[in-house]
Amino acid sequence: MKRALVYLGLVALAVFYLVPVYVLVATSLKELREVSLEAMWRLPRTLTLESFVRAWAGVPETGTRGLAQNFWNSVCLTLPAVALSVLMGSLNGYVLAQWRFRGSETLFVLLLFGMFIPYQSVLIPLVRVLQALGLYGTLPGLVLVHVVYGLPITTLLFRNYYAAIPGAMMEAAQMDGAGILGIYWRIVVPLSGPATVVAVIWQFTQIWNEFLFGVVITNKPTVQPITVALNNLAGSFIVEWNVQMAGALLAALPTLVVYVLMGRYFVQGLLAGSIKA
Amino acid sequence: MRAARLAPVALVLPSVVLVAVFVYGFIAWTAWLSLSNANDLMVSPVRLVGLANYARLTEVPRFRIGLGNTVTFSLTFVTGCLVIGLGGALLIDSAVRFEGLWRTIYLMPMALSFIVTGVVWRWLMNPSSGLNLLLDGAGLGALKSGWYTDPTFGVKAIAIAAIWQLSGYTMAMYLAGLRAIPGELYEAAAVDGAGGRQTFWRITMPLLMPVTLSAVIVLGHVSLKIFDLVIAIAGPQGGPAFSSDVPANFMFQTVFQANRFAEGAAVSIVLLVAVSLLVVPYLTWSLKRGIGL
Repeated sequence: MKRALVYLGLVALAVFYLVPVYVLVATSLKELREVSLEAMWRLPRTLTLESFVRAWAGVPETGTRGLAQNFWNSVCLTLPAVALSVLMGSLNGYVLAQWRFRGSETLFVLLLFGMFIPYQSVLIPLVRVLQALGLYGTLPGLVLVHVVYGLPITTLLFRNYYAAIPGAMMEAAQMDGAGILGIYWRIVVPLSGPATVVAVIWQFTQIWNEFLFGVVITNKPTVQPITVALNNLAGSFIVEWNVQMAGALLAALPTLVVYVLMGRYFVQGLLAGSIKA
Repeated sequence: MRAARLAPVALVLPSVVLVAVFVYGFIAWTAWLSLSNANDLMVSPVRLVGLANYARLTEVPRFRIGLGNTVTFSLTFVTGCLVIGLGGALLIDSAVRFEGLWRTIYLMPMALSFIVTGVVWRWLMNPSSGLNLLLDGAGLGALKSGWYTDPTFGVKAIAIAAIWQLSGYTMAMYLAGLRAIPGELYEAAAVDGAGGRQTFWRITMPLLMPVTLSAVIVLGHVSLKIFDLVIAIAGPQGGPAFSSDVPANFMFQTVFQANRFAEGAAVSIVLLVAVSLLVVPYLTWSLKRGIGL
């Protein structure tokens, strides 16, 4: 009896999490004439990918832009931003875990604070500085922003991970005459696999899904990342619900695929930064 | 030897400079703006006007509504996440089959952006369809709501979508906490003849307190910053009569639509202070305990 109640609870929760997914998928596979307010819950009678084509390539009749360009913008933005923030976070974490200097703990806390701030409190200066640098409205500008504000979490992840490397290993390498970078390269980098996977997945998800910096820093539809374009697409009244749902699925696909394939590391990242959502 | 001592500093220097400028420098700049008269593109000369912008804010209805909404949102959202998170973790922890499957389903929304979540939930909470149809079908018509279009329900609709997105994360935190409780404690309790209920309230809950605290801080700071979800569900004006509006969105509109920089800066400093009051004690506390950091 008790077991039955446990499973009933588990199923009820699963329904709560999956109902929006059902609506998302079912609606996106429907033809336009099947999409109506009364028939939202009905399974699609004929399966069609037409709404995905429209969400991806746009609808010329109504002048609606597709998401294709924005999807690639997000790819071009996310990859370098992830790589740079992970690389710099790894170096910072290495120094802050194994080469502490006077004030390095304070420095770490000051760095960490950067991931909690409401970004509204830096937006106005950020826009002005990027304008002055000629980076406003460009993808490189957005990459820079994501690298900088990603440093606290990547540093935290690597510092915690590297703190577990035994000091004896470092000392032995120092005896052999290796310098700070030599040790990093020969000992620390080869051990970094798991932490790097966690950091890459975390940063990929964060940057791909980010909206505020995207909407503030990129003003042209051709430069905007996919989250901003999706919000514009869904905000226009002429766009059909099936196209909106298809667009949402397209925007969600990369992070969902990563989550399904590497869920274990994803959860590790969540908990490692259980200090941060 | 000197070079050896400088090397670590040199390695972190680029990051330190970037964060010093982009976080602390920019915050100082924003704080200065919030005390100035720069409420127009063409103001010249820009001069300091003291707390005038903050004083004005207390009289702006949209800001006051937004603050109230933030309180409602935070209470709904944090409570919902804690209850569902703890409940789900306890269910999963009671030696069930297919544990991996349940966890994968519950955490899946964490992989999505708030915009995707918002687009789906706006469709689900369409007043003439979605959830209301289900409620009608289940004979629960009395529970039907205008959701985000209803000025009195408003921001709670946003909180429901946020709970959907982040309760799985809370669950993962609780599950990790449950798994860290040593089995001997339960054995000892059983030997002493403690019942299930007693064990739960005397052992499980007290030992989960640090997890609950972390969760409240993390979720609390998310709710103070919530922005994307409001935009995606209720639109740039935050629904009818600002019923779903929050200060983060008000700041965005004030600065980037109305060019009232000083006033927007003041809103963002209020937000920053609120987040700091929550996070700074927690950061110091975690560092002292040496856990989680």
